[in-house]
Amino acid sequence: MATTLPGTTSAGPSRAQEKNAPEPGGRRRSGWGLTVLIVLASLAVLLPLYFTVAMALKSSEEAATGSGFSWPWPMRFDNFATAWEMTAFPRAFAISLAVTVATVAGLVTLASCAAYAIARNWERKLFRWSYFYLLAAMFIPFPVIALPQIKLVSIVNLDNPAGVAILHILFGLSFNVLLYTAFLRSIPYELEESARLDGASTWQVFWRLIFPLLAPMNATVGIFAFLASWNDFMMPSLITSDPAMQTIPVVQSIFQSQFSANYNVAFASYLMAMAPTVLAYLFAQRWVMTGVTRGAIK
Amino acid sequence: MTAPPPVAPRPPRRVDKTFYAMLLPVVLLFTLFITVPAVVGMFYSITNYVGYGDWEFVGLTNYIAIFSDPRILSSYGFTLGFSVVTVIVVNVVALALALGLSAKIKLKTALRGVFFIPMVISGIVIAYVFNYLFSTSLPTIAARLGIESLESSILADERFAWIAVVIVTAWQAIPGAMIIYLAGLLAIPGEVYEAASIDGARPWRQFRSITLPLMLGYVVINTILGFKGFLNAYDIIVGLTNGGPGTSTFSVAMTIFTGFTSGDYAYQMANAVLFFVITVLISVMQLRLIQRRGVSL
Repeated sequence: MATTLPGTTSAGPSRAQEKNAPEPGGRRRSGWGLTVLIVLASLAVLLPLYFTVAMALKSSEEAATGSGFSWPWPMRFDNFATAWEMTAFPRAFAISLAVTVATVAGLVTLASCAAYAIARNWERKLFRWSYFYLLAAMFIPFPVIALPQIKLVSIVNLDNPAGVAILHILFGLSFNVLLYTAFLRSIPYELEESARLDGASTWQVFWRLIFPLLAPMNATVGIFAFLASWNDFMMPSLITSDPAMQTIPVVQSIFQSQFSANYNVAFASYLMAMAPTVLAYLFAQRWVMTGVTRGAIK
Repeated sequence: MTAPPPVAPRPPRRVDKTFYAMLLPVVLLFTLFITVPAVVGMFYSITNYVGYGDWEFVGLTNYIAIFSDPRILSSYGFTLGFSVVTVIVVNVVALALALGLSAKIKLKTALRGVFFIPMVISGIVIAYVFNYLFSTSLPTIAARLGIESLESSILADERFAWIAVVIVTAWQAIPGAMIIYLAGLLAIPGEVYEAASIDGARPWRQFRSITLPLMLGYVVINTILGFKGFLNAYDIIVGLTNGGPGTSTFSVAMTIFTGFTSGDYAYQMANAVLFFVITVLISVMQLRLIQRRGVSL
Protein backbone atom coordinates (compact mmCIF):
# COMPACT_ATOMS: atom_id res chain seq x y z
CA MET A 1 0.00 0.00 0.00
CA ALA A 2 2.75 2.42 -0.79
CA THR A 3 1.24 5.72 -1.76
CA THR A 4 3.90 6.85 -4.13
CA LEU A 5 2.25 7.07 -7.50
CA PRO A 6 3.47 10.42 -8.71
CA GLY A 7 0.84 12.89 -9.71
CA THR A 8 -2.01 10.83 -8.41
CA THR A 9 -1.78 11.11 -4.66
CA SER A 10 -1.98 14.84 -4.52
CA ALA A 11 -5.31 15.52 -6.09
CA GLY A 12 -7.99 14.34 -8.38
CA PRO A 13 -8.16 15.20 -12.01
CA SER A 14 -7.14 18.83 -11.93
CA ARG A 15 -7.90 20.93 -14.91
CA ALA A 16 -4.40 22.27 -15.42
CA GLN A 17 -2.88 18.84 -15.42
CA GLU A 18 -5.29 17.60 -17.99
CA LYS A 19 -4.78 20.35 -20.48
CA ASN A 20 -1.08 19.70 -20.71
CA ALA A 21 -1.22 15.97 -20.54
CA PRO A 22 -1.28 14.36 -23.96
CA GLU A 23 -4.16 11.99 -24.20
CA PRO A 24 -3.21 8.42 -23.35
CA GLY A 25 -4.98 7.08 -26.39
CA GLY A 26 -2.41 8.93 -28.40
CA ARG A 27 -5.03 10.45 -30.68
CA ARG A 28 -4.44 13.58 -32.63
CA ARG A 29 -7.88 14.17 -34.10
CA SER A 30 -10.01 16.95 -32.73
CA GLY A 31 -12.12 14.33 -31.00
CA TRP A 32 -15.62 14.96 -32.31
CA GLY A 33 -16.06 11.35 -33.36
CA LEU A 34 -14.99 10.15 -29.96
CA THR A 35 -17.17 12.74 -28.26
CA VAL A 36 -20.24 11.47 -30.10
CA LEU A 37 -19.36 7.92 -29.13
CA ILE A 38 -19.05 8.83 -25.47
CA VAL A 39 -22.22 10.89 -25.51
CA LEU A 40 -24.01 7.81 -26.87
CA ALA A 41 -22.47 5.72 -24.10
CA SER A 42 -23.65 8.23 -21.51
CA LEU A 43 -27.21 7.43 -22.56
CA ALA A 44 -26.77 4.17 -20.67
CA VAL A 45 -26.64 6.31 -17.54
CA LEU A 46 -29.10 9.01 -18.55
CA LEU A 47 -31.90 6.90 -20.03
CA PRO A 48 -32.78 5.01 -16.84
CA LEU A 49 -32.79 8.34 -15.00
CA TYR A 50 -34.96 10.00 -17.64
CA PHE A 51 -37.22 6.97 -17.48
CA THR A 52 -37.60 7.33 -13.71
CA VAL A 53 -38.55 10.98 -14.05
CA ALA A 54 -40.99 10.31 -16.90
CA MET A 55 -42.69 7.50 -15.01
CA ALA A 56 -42.91 9.56 -11.84
CA LEU A 57 -44.90 12.25 -13.65
CA LYS A 58 -47.43 9.99 -15.35
CA SER A 59 -51.00 9.23 -14.44
CA SER A 60 -51.57 5.63 -13.42
CA GLU A 61 -53.33 4.92 -16.75
CA GLU A 62 -50.38 6.29 -18.72
CA ALA A 63 -47.93 4.36 -16.57
CA ALA A 64 -49.74 1.10 -17.25
CA THR A 65 -49.47 1.37 -21.03
CA GLY A 66 -46.60 1.44 -23.48
CA SER A 67 -42.89 1.21 -22.75
CA GLY A 68 -42.90 4.07 -20.26
CA PHE A 69 -40.42 6.23 -22.15
CA SER A 70 -42.91 8.73 -23.51
CA TRP A 71 -42.95 12.11 -21.79
CA PRO A 72 -46.22 12.56 -19.86
CA TRP A 73 -48.58 15.43 -20.54
CA PRO A 74 -50.02 16.88 -18.37
CA MET A 75 -47.41 16.16 -15.73
CA ARG A 76 -48.81 14.72 -12.52
CA PHE A 77 -46.99 16.12 -9.55
CA ASP A 78 -49.49 14.71 -7.09
CA ASN A 79 -47.69 11.34 -7.40
CA PHE A 80 -45.04 12.75 -5.14
CA ALA A 81 -47.60 13.66 -2.51
CA THR A 82 -49.04 10.12 -2.64
CA ALA A 83 -45.58 8.55 -2.42
CA TRP A 84 -44.66 10.96 0.39
CA GLU A 85 -47.57 9.66 2.42
CA MET A 86 -47.29 5.99 1.52
CA THR A 87 -43.64 5.76 2.51
CA ALA A 88 -43.98 8.16 5.45
CA PHE A 89 -41.17 9.98 3.72
CA PRO A 90 -40.33 12.54 6.43
CA ARG A 91 -39.84 9.84 9.03
CA ALA A 92 -37.82 7.56 6.74
CA PHE A 93 -35.75 10.54 5.68
CA ALA A 94 -35.08 11.53 9.29
CA ILE A 95 -34.03 7.98 10.16
CA SER A 96 -31.79 7.71 7.10
CA LEU A 97 -30.24 11.04 7.94
CA ALA A 98 -29.67 10.10 11.59
CA VAL A 99 -28.04 6.78 10.65
CA THR A 100 -25.85 8.44 8.02
CA VAL A 101 -24.75 11.36 10.19
CA ALA A 102 -23.95 9.02 13.08
CA THR A 103 -22.00 6.74 10.75
CA VAL A 104 -19.97 9.54 9.17
CA ALA A 105 -19.23 11.27 12.49
CA GLY A 106 -18.47 8.03 14.28
CA LEU A 107 -16.29 6.64 11.54
CA VAL A 108 -14.26 9.80 11.03
CA THR A 109 -13.67 10.22 14.77
CA LEU A 110 -13.05 6.63 15.79
CA ALA A 111 -10.95 5.66 12.78
CA SER A 112 -8.76 8.78 12.93
CA CYS A 113 -8.23 8.46 16.69
CA ALA A 114 -7.35 4.78 16.45
CA ALA A 115 -5.07 5.37 13.49
CA TYR A 116 -3.29 8.19 15.31
CA ALA A 117 -2.69 6.03 18.37
CA ILE A 118 -1.42 3.23 16.13
CA ALA A 119 0.81 5.38 13.93
CA ARG A 120 2.47 7.09 16.87
CA ASN A 121 3.06 3.90 18.85
CA TRP A 122 4.01 1.56 16.07
CA GLU A 123 6.97 0.24 18.06
CA ARG A 124 4.68 -1.15 20.68
CA LYS A 125 3.23 -4.57 20.19
CA LEU A 126 -0.22 -3.74 21.52
CA PHE A 127 -0.73 -1.01 18.95
CA ARG A 128 0.88 -2.86 16.08
CA TRP A 129 -1.17 -5.96 16.71
CA SER A 130 -4.34 -3.96 17.10
CA TYR A 131 -3.70 -2.60 13.63
CA PHE A 132 -3.48 -6.03 12.07
CA TYR A 133 -6.41 -7.19 14.17
CA LEU A 134 -8.60 -4.41 12.81
CA LEU A 135 -7.29 -4.94 9.30
CA ALA A 136 -8.05 -8.65 9.32
CA ALA A 137 -11.75 -7.80 9.28
CA MET A 138 -11.44 -6.58 5.71
CA PHE A 139 -11.74 -10.23 4.84
CA ILE A 140 -14.96 -10.68 6.80
CA PRO A 141 -17.95 -9.49 4.81
CA PHE A 142 -21.25 -8.91 6.56
CA PRO A 143 -23.06 -12.02 5.24
CA VAL A 144 -20.47 -14.28 6.87
CA ILE A 145 -21.26 -13.14 10.39
CA ALA A 146 -24.77 -11.83 9.80
CA LEU A 147 -26.62 -14.62 11.61
CA PRO A 148 -24.87 -14.41 15.00
CA GLN A 149 -24.47 -10.66 14.67
CA ILE A 150 -28.15 -10.02 14.25
CA LYS A 151 -28.91 -12.24 17.23
CA LEU A 152 -26.41 -10.29 19.28
CA VAL A 153 -27.78 -6.95 18.15
CA SER A 154 -31.28 -7.88 19.23
CA ILE A 155 -30.05 -9.21 22.58
CA VAL A 156 -28.46 -5.85 23.42
CA ASN A 157 -31.56 -3.98 22.17
CA LEU A 158 -29.83 -2.52 19.17
CA ASP A 159 -32.14 -4.00 16.53
CA ASN A 160 -32.88 -0.41 15.50
CA PRO A 161 -31.26 2.43 13.51
CA ALA A 162 -28.65 2.93 16.25
CA GLY A 163 -27.50 -0.64 15.75
CA VAL A 164 -27.37 -0.09 11.99
CA ALA A 165 -25.13 2.95 12.50
CA ILE A 166 -22.84 1.01 14.84
CA LEU A 167 -22.42 -1.81 12.34
CA HIS A 168 -21.91 0.63 9.47
CA ILE A 169 -19.10 2.18 11.51
CA LEU A 170 -17.53 -1.14 12.45
CA PHE A 171 -17.58 -2.53 8.93
CA GLY A 172 -15.99 0.68 7.68
CA LEU A 173 -13.25 0.70 10.30
CA SER A 174 -10.74 -1.66 8.71
CA PHE A 175 -10.33 0.16 5.47
CA ASN A 176 -10.45 3.63 6.97
CA VAL A 177 -7.97 2.92 9.75
CA LEU A 178 -5.70 1.74 6.94
CA LEU A 179 -6.27 5.00 5.02
CA TYR A 180 -5.68 7.20 8.03
CA THR A 181 -2.62 5.31 9.19
CA ALA A 182 -1.07 5.60 5.74
CA PHE A 183 -1.79 9.32 5.71
CA LEU A 184 -0.55 9.89 9.27
CA ARG A 185 2.81 8.34 8.44
CA SER A 186 3.40 11.20 6.04
CA ILE A 187 2.97 13.76 8.84
CA PRO A 188 6.38 14.25 10.50
CA TYR A 189 6.57 13.79 14.23
CA GLU A 190 8.62 16.98 14.59
CA LEU A 191 5.48 18.92 13.83
CA GLU A 192 3.97 17.76 17.09
CA GLU A 193 7.10 18.13 19.15
CA SER A 194 7.00 21.89 19.40
CA ALA A 195 3.38 21.79 20.46
CA ARG A 196 4.24 19.22 23.07
CA LEU A 197 7.11 21.37 24.36
CA ASP A 198 4.57 24.11 24.84
CA GLY A 199 2.75 21.75 27.16
CA ALA A 200 -0.08 20.52 24.96
CA SER A 201 -1.48 17.13 25.91
CA THR A 202 -1.79 14.30 23.40
CA TRP A 203 -5.51 14.95 23.22
CA GLN A 204 -4.97 18.62 22.43
CA VAL A 205 -2.26 17.85 19.89
CA PHE A 206 -4.59 15.49 18.11
CA TRP A 207 -7.64 17.72 17.96
CA ARG A 208 -5.90 21.08 17.42
CA LEU A 209 -3.02 20.03 15.20
CA ILE A 210 -3.41 16.58 13.68
CA PHE A 211 -7.13 16.40 13.03
CA PRO A 212 -7.19 19.58 10.93
CA LEU A 213 -4.24 18.21 8.94
CA LEU A 214 -6.31 15.11 8.24
CA ALA A 215 -9.00 17.21 6.55
CA PRO A 216 -8.54 15.79 3.03
CA MET A 217 -8.68 12.26 4.41
CA ASN A 218 -11.70 13.13 6.52
CA ALA A 219 -13.47 14.30 3.37
CA THR A 220 -12.67 11.08 1.54
CA VAL A 221 -13.69 8.85 4.43
CA GLY A 222 -16.80 10.96 4.98
CA ILE A 223 -17.97 10.81 1.36
CA PHE A 224 -17.57 7.05 1.16
CA ALA A 225 -19.25 6.53 4.51
CA PHE A 226 -22.10 8.84 3.55
CA LEU A 227 -22.80 7.02 0.28
CA ALA A 228 -22.45 3.54 1.75
CA SER A 229 -24.60 4.29 4.76
CA TRP A 230 -27.32 6.29 3.01
CA ASN A 231 -27.74 3.78 0.19
CA ASP A 232 -27.44 0.55 2.16
CA PHE A 233 -30.33 -1.87 2.02
CA MET A 234 -28.87 -5.11 3.36
CA MET A 235 -28.05 -4.13 6.94
CA PRO A 236 -31.06 -2.00 7.88
CA SER A 237 -33.46 -4.48 6.28
CA LEU A 238 -31.97 -7.32 8.32
CA ILE A 239 -31.18 -5.53 11.56
CA THR A 240 -34.02 -3.11 12.21
CA SER A 241 -36.96 -5.15 13.45
CA ASP A 242 -39.57 -2.37 13.52
CA PRO A 243 -40.75 -1.58 9.95
CA ALA A 244 -41.67 1.93 11.10
CA MET A 245 -37.99 2.60 11.82
CA GLN A 246 -36.69 1.75 8.37
CA THR A 247 -34.44 3.85 6.15
CA ILE A 248 -35.40 5.25 2.76
CA PRO A 249 -33.98 2.43 0.58
CA VAL A 250 -35.80 -0.17 2.68
CA VAL A 251 -39.23 1.47 2.67
CA GLN A 252 -39.26 1.34 -1.15
CA SER A 253 -40.12 -2.35 -0.88
CA ILE A 254 -43.77 -1.53 -0.13
CA PHE A 255 -44.24 -0.97 -3.85
CA GLN A 256 -43.01 -4.49 -4.54
CA SER A 257 -45.05 -6.39 -2.02
CA GLN A 258 -48.25 -4.50 -2.66
CA PHE A 259 -50.24 -5.79 -5.58
CA SER A 260 -51.00 -2.55 -7.25
CA ALA A 261 -50.69 -1.00 -10.66
CA ASN A 262 -49.68 2.46 -9.54
CA TYR A 263 -46.17 2.32 -10.92
CA ASN A 264 -46.23 6.08 -11.29
CA VAL A 265 -46.35 6.47 -7.52
CA ALA A 266 -43.62 3.86 -7.08
CA PHE A 267 -41.36 5.76 -9.47
CA ALA A 268 -42.13 9.06 -7.79
CA SER A 269 -40.97 7.41 -4.60
CA TYR A 270 -37.80 6.00 -6.24
CA LEU A 271 -37.04 9.47 -7.56
CA MET A 272 -37.42 10.94 -4.10
CA ALA A 273 -35.11 8.23 -2.78
CA MET A 274 -32.44 9.02 -5.38
CA ALA A 275 -32.72 12.78 -5.20
CA PRO A 276 -30.76 13.54 -2.01
CA THR A 277 -27.51 11.86 -3.06
CA VAL A 278 -27.78 12.89 -6.71
CA LEU A 279 -28.44 16.53 -5.81
CA ALA A 280 -25.68 16.53 -3.20
CA TYR A 281 -23.38 15.08 -5.83
CA LEU A 282 -24.32 17.61 -8.50
CA PHE A 283 -23.69 20.51 -6.13
CA ALA A 284 -20.42 19.19 -4.76
CA GLN A 285 -19.23 17.41 -7.87
CA ARG A 286 -15.65 18.59 -8.06
CA TRP A 287 -15.15 18.10 -4.35
CA VAL A 288 -16.65 14.61 -4.36
CA MET A 289 -14.56 13.49 -7.31
CA THR A 290 -11.34 14.71 -5.72
CA GLY A 291 -12.19 13.00 -2.47
CA VAL A 292 -13.18 9.77 -4.10
CA THR A 293 -10.09 9.73 -6.29
CA ARG A 294 -7.89 10.20 -3.25
CA GLY A 295 -9.52 7.20 -1.62
CA ALA A 296 -9.20 5.12 -4.74
CA ILE A 297 -5.49 5.61 -5.02
CA LYS A 298 -4.51 4.99 -1.42
CA MET B 1 -1.40 -4.92 1.55
CA THR B 2 -0.50 -4.87 5.18
CA ALA B 3 3.11 -3.81 4.84
CA PRO B 4 4.38 -2.25 8.05
CA PRO B 5 5.18 1.44 7.85
CA PRO B 6 8.79 1.96 6.90
CA VAL B 7 9.72 4.60 9.45
CA ALA B 8 7.95 4.69 12.76
CA PRO B 9 8.32 7.98 14.56
CA ARG B 10 9.82 7.57 17.99
CA PRO B 11 7.17 7.89 20.65
CA PRO B 12 7.86 9.29 24.06
CA ARG B 13 9.31 6.78 26.53
CA ARG B 14 6.12 6.02 28.35
CA VAL B 15 2.94 5.60 26.44
CA ASP B 16 0.58 8.43 27.10
CA LYS B 17 -2.65 7.04 28.51
CA THR B 18 -4.56 9.11 25.97
CA PHE B 19 -3.35 6.76 23.24
CA TYR B 20 -5.02 3.86 24.99
CA ALA B 21 -8.18 5.89 25.29
CA MET B 22 -8.05 6.49 21.54
CA LEU B 23 -7.49 2.92 20.52
CA LEU B 24 -9.15 0.71 23.08
CA PRO B 25 -12.80 1.74 22.56
CA VAL B 26 -12.44 0.87 18.90
CA VAL B 27 -10.81 -2.47 19.62
CA LEU B 28 -13.44 -3.29 22.24
CA LEU B 29 -16.41 -2.39 20.05
CA PHE B 30 -14.83 -4.31 17.26
CA THR B 31 -14.32 -7.37 19.41
CA LEU B 32 -17.86 -7.27 20.73
CA PHE B 33 -19.63 -6.77 17.40
CA ILE B 34 -17.35 -8.53 14.92
CA THR B 35 -15.03 -11.01 16.62
CA VAL B 36 -17.50 -12.42 19.14
CA PRO B 37 -20.23 -13.07 16.55
CA ALA B 38 -17.64 -14.60 14.23
CA VAL B 39 -16.44 -17.01 16.92
CA VAL B 40 -19.96 -17.79 18.14
CA GLY B 41 -21.10 -18.43 14.59
CA MET B 42 -18.19 -20.73 13.86
CA PHE B 43 -18.96 -22.61 17.04
CA TYR B 44 -22.61 -23.13 16.11
CA SER B 45 -21.64 -24.39 12.68
CA ILE B 46 -20.68 -27.72 14.27
CA THR B 47 -23.98 -28.03 16.14
CA ASN B 48 -27.57 -28.61 15.11
CA TYR B 49 -28.76 -25.30 16.61
CA VAL B 50 -31.92 -24.00 14.92
CA GLY B 51 -31.69 -20.45 16.23
CA TYR B 52 -33.30 -21.02 19.63
CA GLY B 53 -33.57 -23.74 22.27
CA ASP B 54 -31.28 -26.73 22.79
CA TRP B 55 -28.54 -27.96 20.56
CA GLU B 56 -26.03 -30.77 20.27
CA PHE B 57 -22.68 -31.16 18.63
CA VAL B 58 -22.96 -32.79 15.26
CA GLY B 59 -19.33 -32.54 14.14
CA LEU B 60 -18.86 -31.82 10.46
CA THR B 61 -22.31 -33.05 9.45
CA ASN B 62 -23.42 -29.57 8.33
CA TYR B 63 -20.32 -29.10 6.22
CA ILE B 64 -20.71 -32.47 4.56
CA ALA B 65 -24.39 -31.86 3.89
CA ILE B 66 -23.58 -28.65 2.03
CA PHE B 67 -21.78 -30.54 -0.69
CA SER B 68 -24.86 -32.52 -1.60
CA ASP B 69 -27.29 -29.61 -1.34
CA PRO B 70 -28.19 -28.50 -4.86
CA ARG B 71 -29.62 -25.20 -3.63
CA ILE B 72 -26.36 -24.15 -1.97
CA LEU B 73 -24.15 -25.51 -4.73
CA SER B 74 -26.13 -23.61 -7.35
CA SER B 75 -25.88 -20.42 -5.27
CA TYR B 76 -22.09 -20.78 -5.32
CA GLY B 77 -22.17 -21.49 -9.03
CA PHE B 78 -24.27 -18.41 -9.68
CA THR B 79 -22.31 -16.13 -7.33
CA LEU B 80 -18.88 -17.11 -8.66
CA GLY B 81 -19.93 -17.08 -12.29
CA PHE B 82 -21.74 -13.77 -11.92
CA SER B 83 -18.73 -12.25 -10.11
CA VAL B 84 -16.24 -13.32 -12.77
CA VAL B 85 -18.39 -12.04 -15.62
CA THR B 86 -19.17 -8.77 -13.83
CA VAL B 87 -15.51 -8.15 -12.97
CA ILE B 88 -14.59 -8.59 -16.64
CA VAL B 89 -17.44 -6.41 -17.92
CA VAL B 90 -16.77 -3.68 -15.36
CA ASN B 91 -13.04 -3.59 -16.06
CA VAL B 92 -13.36 -3.55 -19.83
CA VAL B 93 -16.05 -0.87 -19.91
CA ALA B 94 -14.46 1.24 -17.17
CA LEU B 95 -11.06 1.19 -18.88
CA ALA B 96 -12.61 2.05 -22.22
CA LEU B 97 -14.56 4.93 -20.69
CA ALA B 98 -11.52 6.16 -18.78
CA LEU B 99 -9.50 6.16 -22.01
CA GLY B 100 -12.27 8.00 -23.80
CA LEU B 101 -12.76 10.50 -21.01
CA SER B 102 -9.08 11.33 -20.76
CA ALA B 103 -8.66 11.72 -24.51
CA LYS B 104 -9.24 15.01 -26.31
CA ILE B 105 -13.01 15.30 -26.32
CA LYS B 106 -15.57 18.04 -26.01
CA LEU B 107 -17.76 18.43 -22.94
CA LYS B 108 -15.21 16.49 -20.92
CA THR B 109 -16.18 17.70 -17.45
CA ALA B 110 -19.91 17.34 -18.05
CA LEU B 111 -19.51 13.84 -19.45
CA ARG B 112 -17.36 12.76 -16.53
CA GLY B 113 -19.99 14.13 -14.21
CA VAL B 114 -22.67 12.05 -15.91
CA PHE B 115 -20.70 8.81 -15.76
CA PHE B 116 -20.16 9.17 -12.03
CA ILE B 117 -23.86 9.42 -11.21
CA PRO B 118 -24.61 5.68 -10.80
CA MET B 119 -22.14 5.58 -7.93
CA VAL B 120 -24.30 7.77 -5.72
CA ILE B 121 -27.59 5.96 -6.30
CA SER B 122 -28.85 3.28 -3.96
CA GLY B 123 -28.45 -0.22 -5.43
CA ILE B 124 -31.89 -1.44 -4.48
CA VAL B 125 -33.65 1.63 -5.87
CA ILE B 126 -31.94 1.46 -9.24
CA ALA B 127 -32.64 -2.28 -9.28
CA TYR B 128 -36.36 -1.53 -8.91
CA VAL B 129 -36.13 0.86 -11.84
CA PHE B 130 -34.34 -1.69 -14.02
CA ASN B 131 -36.79 -4.34 -12.87
CA TYR B 132 -39.56 -2.40 -14.62
CA LEU B 133 -37.35 -1.68 -17.64
CA PHE B 134 -36.54 -5.37 -18.12
CA SER B 135 -39.96 -6.77 -17.34
CA THR B 136 -42.20 -4.23 -19.07
CA SER B 137 -40.43 -1.62 -21.19
CA LEU B 138 -38.01 -3.88 -23.04
CA PRO B 139 -40.62 -6.49 -24.02
CA THR B 140 -42.98 -3.71 -25.16
CA ILE B 141 -40.32 -2.11 -27.33
CA ALA B 142 -39.23 -5.51 -28.65
CA ALA B 143 -42.80 -6.37 -29.59
CA ARG B 144 -43.15 -3.06 -31.42
CA LEU B 145 -39.94 -3.72 -33.35
CA GLY B 146 -40.82 -7.35 -33.94
CA ILE B 147 -37.83 -8.83 -32.12
CA GLU B 148 -39.42 -12.03 -30.89
CA SER B 149 -36.59 -13.27 -28.68
CA LEU B 150 -36.90 -10.23 -26.40
CA GLU B 151 -40.68 -10.10 -26.19
CA SER B 152 -40.81 -11.94 -22.90
CA SER B 153 -39.07 -10.55 -19.83
CA ILE B 154 -35.51 -11.77 -19.37
CA LEU B 155 -36.14 -11.61 -15.62
CA ALA B 156 -38.62 -14.44 -15.99
CA ASP B 157 -36.22 -16.65 -17.90
CA GLU B 158 -34.00 -18.95 -15.84
CA ARG B 159 -31.33 -18.92 -18.50
CA PHE B 160 -31.00 -15.16 -18.87
CA ALA B 161 -32.03 -13.55 -15.59
CA TRP B 162 -28.40 -13.53 -14.44
CA ILE B 163 -27.51 -11.29 -17.38
CA ALA B 164 -29.86 -8.65 -16.02
CA VAL B 165 -28.12 -8.91 -12.65
CA VAL B 166 -24.74 -8.45 -14.35
CA ILE B 167 -25.97 -5.42 -16.29
CA VAL B 168 -27.35 -3.56 -13.27
CA THR B 169 -24.42 -4.47 -11.02
CA ALA B 170 -21.99 -3.30 -13.70
CA TRP B 171 -24.04 -0.15 -14.25
CA GLN B 172 -23.48 0.75 -10.64
CA ALA B 173 -19.89 -0.48 -10.24
CA ILE B 174 -18.36 1.01 -13.39
CA PRO B 175 -17.88 4.58 -12.04
CA GLY B 176 -15.83 3.34 -9.08
CA ALA B 177 -13.51 1.37 -11.34
CA MET B 178 -13.41 4.24 -13.83
CA ILE B 179 -12.15 6.68 -11.17
CA ILE B 180 -9.24 4.39 -10.44
CA TYR B 181 -8.40 4.04 -14.13
CA LEU B 182 -8.70 7.80 -14.71
CA ALA B 183 -6.26 8.42 -11.88
CA GLY B 184 -3.96 5.76 -13.29
CA LEU B 185 -4.00 7.28 -16.77
CA LEU B 186 -3.07 10.67 -15.34
CA ALA B 187 0.01 9.10 -13.80
CA ILE B 188 1.43 8.02 -17.16
CA PRO B 189 3.83 10.73 -18.34
CA GLY B 190 2.92 12.18 -21.71
CA GLU B 191 6.49 11.97 -22.98
CA VAL B 192 6.11 8.22 -23.27
CA TYR B 193 3.40 8.64 -25.86
CA GLU B 194 5.30 11.35 -27.67
CA ALA B 195 8.31 9.09 -27.96
CA ALA B 196 6.12 6.26 -29.19
CA SER B 197 4.46 8.49 -31.78
CA ILE B 198 7.83 9.60 -33.08
CA ASP B 199 8.81 5.96 -33.40
CA GLY B 200 5.71 5.49 -35.50
CA ALA B 201 3.57 3.52 -33.05
CA ARG B 202 -0.10 3.73 -33.91
CA PRO B 203 -2.78 4.27 -31.27
CA TRP B 204 -3.67 0.60 -30.87
CA ARG B 205 0.00 -0.33 -30.56
CA GLN B 206 0.50 2.45 -28.01
CA PHE B 207 -2.42 1.16 -26.01
CA ARG B 208 -1.10 -2.40 -26.00
CA SER B 209 2.53 -1.63 -25.36
CA ILE B 210 2.30 1.39 -23.08
CA THR B 211 -1.11 1.98 -21.57
CA LEU B 212 -2.07 -1.57 -20.77
CA PRO B 213 1.20 -2.65 -19.10
CA LEU B 214 1.32 0.56 -17.05
CA MET B 215 -2.32 0.12 -16.04
CA LEU B 216 -1.89 -3.45 -14.89
CA GLY B 217 -1.62 -2.50 -11.23
CA TYR B 218 -4.91 -0.68 -11.48
CA VAL B 219 -6.53 -3.65 -13.19
CA VAL B 220 -5.47 -5.75 -10.22
CA ILE B 221 -6.87 -3.24 -7.72
CA ASN B 222 -10.18 -3.12 -9.59
CA THR B 223 -10.34 -6.88 -9.80
CA ILE B 224 -9.80 -7.25 -6.06
CA LEU B 225 -12.31 -4.54 -5.18
CA GLY B 226 -14.76 -5.98 -7.68
CA PHE B 227 -14.67 -9.49 -6.28
CA LYS B 228 -14.91 -8.12 -2.75
CA GLY B 229 -18.19 -6.45 -3.64
CA PHE B 230 -19.74 -8.85 -6.13
CA LEU B 231 -19.24 -12.02 -4.08
CA ASN B 232 -21.50 -10.45 -1.45
CA ALA B 233 -24.13 -9.39 -3.96
CA TYR B 234 -27.47 -8.84 -2.31
CA ASP B 235 -29.22 -5.48 -2.74
CA ILE B 236 -29.42 -5.42 -6.52
CA ILE B 237 -30.52 -9.05 -6.77
CA VAL B 238 -33.27 -8.50 -4.22
CA GLY B 239 -34.59 -5.56 -6.23
CA LEU B 240 -34.25 -7.25 -9.59
CA THR B 241 -35.12 -10.93 -9.33
CA ASN B 242 -35.24 -11.74 -5.62
CA GLY B 243 -33.24 -14.86 -6.45
CA GLY B 244 -35.58 -16.08 -9.13
CA PRO B 245 -36.84 -17.35 -11.36
CA GLY B 246 -36.63 -20.58 -9.39
CA THR B 247 -33.32 -20.25 -7.60
CA SER B 248 -31.35 -19.27 -10.67
CA THR B 249 -30.07 -15.96 -9.29
CA PHE B 250 -29.92 -16.87 -5.61
CA SER B 251 -26.60 -15.55 -4.29
CA VAL B 252 -24.62 -17.06 -1.44
CA ALA B 253 -25.45 -14.09 0.79
CA MET B 254 -29.15 -14.64 0.18
CA THR B 255 -28.82 -18.33 0.96
CA ILE B 256 -27.05 -17.58 4.23
CA PHE B 257 -29.79 -15.14 5.24
CA THR B 258 -32.41 -17.86 4.87
CA GLY B 259 -30.90 -19.23 8.08
CA PHE B 260 -32.95 -16.66 10.00
CA THR B 261 -36.30 -18.04 9.13
CA SER B 262 -35.90 -21.60 7.95
CA GLY B 263 -34.59 -23.15 11.16
CA ASP B 264 -31.32 -23.76 9.32
CA TYR B 265 -29.25 -21.54 11.59
CA ALA B 266 -26.37 -23.96 12.22
CA TYR B 267 -26.42 -25.27 8.68
CA GLN B 268 -26.31 -21.81 7.12
CA MET B 269 -23.57 -20.86 9.57
CA ALA B 270 -21.50 -23.74 8.19
CA ASN B 271 -22.28 -22.33 4.76
CA ALA B 272 -21.09 -18.91 5.95
CA VAL B 273 -17.81 -20.35 7.25
CA LEU B 274 -17.27 -22.11 3.95
CA PHE B 275 -18.07 -18.90 2.11
CA PHE B 276 -15.55 -17.05 4.27
CA VAL B 277 -12.85 -19.60 3.45
CA ILE B 278 -13.58 -19.29 -0.27
CA THR B 279 -13.53 -15.48 -0.09
CA VAL B 280 -10.16 -15.55 1.66
CA LEU B 281 -8.77 -18.06 -0.83
CA ILE B 282 -9.80 -15.82 -3.72
CA SER B 283 -8.19 -12.80 -2.02
CA VAL B 284 -4.98 -14.74 -1.35
CA MET B 285 -4.86 -15.91 -4.95
CA GLN B 286 -5.18 -12.33 -6.14
CA LEU B 287 -2.52 -11.10 -3.72
CA ARG B 288 -0.21 -13.85 -4.98
CA LEU B 289 -0.84 -12.66 -8.49
CA ILE B 290 0.12 -9.13 -7.46
CA GLN B 291 3.37 -10.32 -5.96
CA ARG B 292 4.27 -12.39 -8.98
CA ARG B 293 3.55 -9.45 -11.26
CA GLY B 294 5.64 -7.23 -9.05
CA VAL B 295 2.92 -4.63 -8.89
CA SER B 296 3.45 -2.31 -5.98
CA LEU B 297 0.26 -1.36 -4.26
